[in-house]
Amino acid sequence: MEIINFTPFPALVGGMIIGLAAAMLLLSVNKIFGISGIVSCLLSLNKNDSFWRILIILGLIIGAAFGHWVFATPKVENFRSYPYLVIGSIIMGFGTRYGGGCTSGHGVCGIARLSKRSIIATLVFITTGSITVLVMRLLEIGK
Amino acid sequence: MSRLDKLYIFTSAFLFGIGLEISQMTDPNKVIGFLDVFGKWDPSLCIVMVGAIFVNSIFYYLIQKKKTYPINNEISKQQVKTIIDTKLIVGASLFGVGWGVSGFCPGPLLANIYNLQPEIFVSILSMFVGFFIYHKFFDQSHE
Repeated sequence: MEIINFTPFPALVGGMIIGLAAAMLLLSVNKIFGISGIVSCLLSLNKNDSFWRILIILGLIIGAAFGHWVFATPKVENFRSYPYLVIGSIIMGFGTRYGGGCTSGHGVCGIARLSKRSIIATLVFITTGSITVLVMRLLEIGK
Repeated sequence: MSRLDKLYIFTSAFLFGIGLEISQMTDPNKVIGFLDVFGKWDPSLCIVMVGAIFVNSIFYYLIQKKKTYPINNEISKQQVKTIIDTKLIVGASLFGVGWGVSGFCPGPLLANIYNLQPEIFVSILSMFVGFFIYHKFFDQSHE
């Protein structure tokens, strides 16, 4: 195994801030920071329940922009090509809802409270994700 | 929901966004690098998760210990849900596949909006198509 592009220090600091953010949402308004659940429920078009979900999205965007500005993180580019972005994102969106969570809800929040469901879900999506990336690399597709 | 609650919600998401950006989890290449366990591996995402889970779990168990905080419906509902069913496994599997194909999970994808790249908007729209398919055809919670 060869290790490349490893950035342990920013990863640890960033991760700890993410953990703090999730704890803050739980402590203040008693909500779990599960982004797929929070955002997808906007589709129910319930006016009274939508504002805080939009605040979450705005916070994520402005926070990332602020982080980029202050810490001069590299610009994000070199995405997968459009067919993969479209098909992948549809499957990703559907899968998060069908499995009841994504990297934030299952991965960060679920594992922190030692939920068996979340630990299993996280192991499963990291495994299928790894297999997918392996297959795509071997077939030389994605770019 | 009080103004203070809204401030807490925004601040939590703002912190979460900063964390994603500092750790470079907004970059799909870092994510794909992590999922490429069998190739040239970038373990950064693993460190992000460890940092986030560590901090989050400390706060979580402090809350649990005090027990002065009222138990919210949302959380108690989540805790009741302990069954490992096919839905969890199938959903998490699909999420992992979509994550590997697109390079995105919901949080980083949304946080990336600040870059105003067309690839991001197309992916977000696709993710919502995935959410919609679930809510329209597979969600039994509203029936």
